[in-house]
Amino acid sequence: MKVLQIVETAYRATTEEQDDTVIWISHAMRGASAELGVLLTGNAVNYVAGEQDGSGLMLGAWRQTQPPAPAQDLAALMRKDVPVYCVREDLAERGLMECKLLEGIVLMSRNQLPRLFGEYDQVWRW
Amino acid sequence: MATKHTLTFVLMDAPFESARTTIAFRLLHAALDRGYDVNVFAYEGAVALSFAKQAQHPNAVHGRDVAQEDHPLSKNWIAALMAHARTRGADLKWVNCGLCVDERGVGEAIEGARRGSPADCWKMAQQSTATLVIPTK
Repeated sequence: MKVLQIVETAYRATTEEQDDTVIWISHAMRGASAELGVLLTGNAVNYVAGEQDGSGLMLGAWRQTQPPAPAQDLAALMRKDVPVYCVREDLAERGLMECKLLEGIVLMSRNQLPRLFGEYDQVWRW
Repeated sequence: MATKHTLTFVLMDAPFESARTTIAFRLLHAALDRGYDVNVFAYEGAVALSFAKQAQHPNAVHGRDVAQEDHPLSKNWIAALMAHARTRGADLKWVNCGLCVDERGVGEAIEGARRGSPADCWKMAQQSTATLVIPTK
């Protein structure tokens, strides 16, 4: 069974969790031999901006030592043979096409999505 | 003979935060009502749905004491659905993401809700007719 994980909501408790929870569970399920793909849409396309930096949070004497790094987590997922797709129009709308994007990301137009969905047995929209 | 269906639901919202929780429980009820076996994987805040220490409270705004207010508790909804499943010849499996439980300190779950991992989620999905994710927004 192949499942496409759609991530649309971005930075959902990423500071508290120190990762994106859907990317995290994709890693965990991949570890259990799951065949997965990840599609980033909406605000979640910001995850492919390779130079983002979530470090530096300090609250009183507490400082975060392991800040979230969604781009690196996606890169690690791709190294586990999980393809990561990103909607081109959503990147363009946010002015991100000029950014240094994460290597290996597959950019897709919205009109290509039905074909992509057809390549998977199930589509899970998180 | 009709095929016995199994449905898996992945829930993510914490209790008392979103109308999605009520809708999700209604979907569980409807599936069990039809005799389907149902799996639930509770992820992130949803692990608190089965927390055994949930407690009802009075509501001064409503002018009601604890008994009169009879505040809904998701742990009781789960227990009710488990009982309903038995009357329908169906099975309701409830699995909480263990790390999510630890983060929140909600390890004391009601009877019938067990600790698991994303591997359980994947296994349940593989063994199901369909899987529905109801995420936090």
